[in-house]
Amino acid sequence: MNAQAQTAPILSARGLRHSFGSTEALRGIDVDIHPGEVLAVMGPSGSGKSTLLHCLAGVITPDAGSVTYQPGPAVGQSVTISSLNEAGRSRLRLTEFGFVFQFGQLLPELSALDNVTIPLLLNGTRRKDALQRSAELLDRLGLQDNGTKRPSELSGGQAQRVAVARALATAPKILFADEPTGSLDSLAAENVLTQMLQLVREAGTTLVMITHDPRTAAYADREILVRDGAVAAGYQVAP
Amino acid sequence: MNNSLALLGLLQRQPSYGYDLKHSYDRYFGTEKALAFGQVYATLARMARDEFILALGDETGGGPDRKQYRITEAGQERVSDWLFTPDVPSENLQSNLFAKTVIALLTDDDAARLLELQRAEHMSRMRALTKLKQGASILQVLICDHGLFHIEADLRWIDLTGARLAQLKKELQGA
Repeated sequence: MNAQAQTAPILSARGLRHSFGSTEALRGIDVDIHPGEVLAVMGPSGSGKSTLLHCLAGVITPDAGSVTYQPGPAVGQSVTISSLNEAGRSRLRLTEFGFVFQFGQLLPELSALDNVTIPLLLNGTRRKDALQRSAELLDRLGLQDNGTKRPSELSGGQAQRVAVARALATAPKILFADEPTGSLDSLAAENVLTQMLQLVREAGTTLVMITHDPRTAAYADREILVRDGAVAAGYQVAP
Repeated sequence: MNNSLALLGLLQRQPSYGYDLKHSYDRYFGTEKALAFGQVYATLARMARDEFILALGDETGGGPDRKQYRITEAGQERVSDWLFTPDVPSENLQSNLFAKTVIALLTDDDAARLLELQRAEHMSRMRALTKLKQGASILQVLICDHGLFHIEADLRWIDLTGARLAQLKKELQGA
């Protein structure tokens, strides 16, 4: 048993089920994610891995089952995400979680620096502090000369690194990344992953990364394989 | 990889002692498995016999470790042939994994489990290679990338075969 298996999970899902109309996307998923762990969620297209991430991150509420978030060891700190209302889940996503998507989804009319400051301003950080923190993050990601550029003036890899900076700006406990390098060539993907992983590991952030690409998954500590809405044999949580 | 031809290729740069050749080889190709001295000297002896290399005078009359070798014209041609003859793709078409999958299906054993186990093993190897790349020289990164892309190709085969198991089983058991 490894060290991570001995600590309480930061995120734990049990019996997750979710359907879209008559299509069952999740058919009873159990998963434990440990603090500081980098987990790759793999699976073919349509396997349910994005739906799983949306349930884990409180983007949607599963039809059945529970998702429990335990940010620290103190009793009473645990939150059942799947029981929160929309406002509660929104607040949790803003303060505790970060998100990186396949296509950066940066705001096109804002500079790289302003894109990174947005989540900080939204959570009440003073503008001066937000700008300083954002500039530091862009520096760490090798984007010190690109702060004033708009997303359309950046390469795919640069834009994705801005998206990583934005996601990490609020120092989230958990970073969720959905195919973070899916739209990049091999070399740009490697740069984004290496830098994202370095920041995540330094900060002890937990990373849940969806990917269908084994080379991306190989950056993780472990992977689970989702197939037909269920975790494949061999990747299941021990009873 | 053909060790003999790699050593012969290294000798193209300059005449070398077996000792230096071994270290050159290890630097470029032996990241994970260094070449044994015995293997280097045996290879050099064989290549001298085949006249791909020549010993440059016996220094202090010693053993193979005391000899300096240079490549011959025939040796250069051999290296050139090697460099510019493309490798046969898919030489592992009948791989062990293919055989195990077929046998498992023919004997009603758990082929899906076999593939899952192999998949986990492949991912574990990919993680190790990815870790090795962190802070490594560009040369090491290239070697690791080569390994990673090949393992990835195997993984794609494993995933596709997993998705085709029912069809495969039907066909094999009907044969």
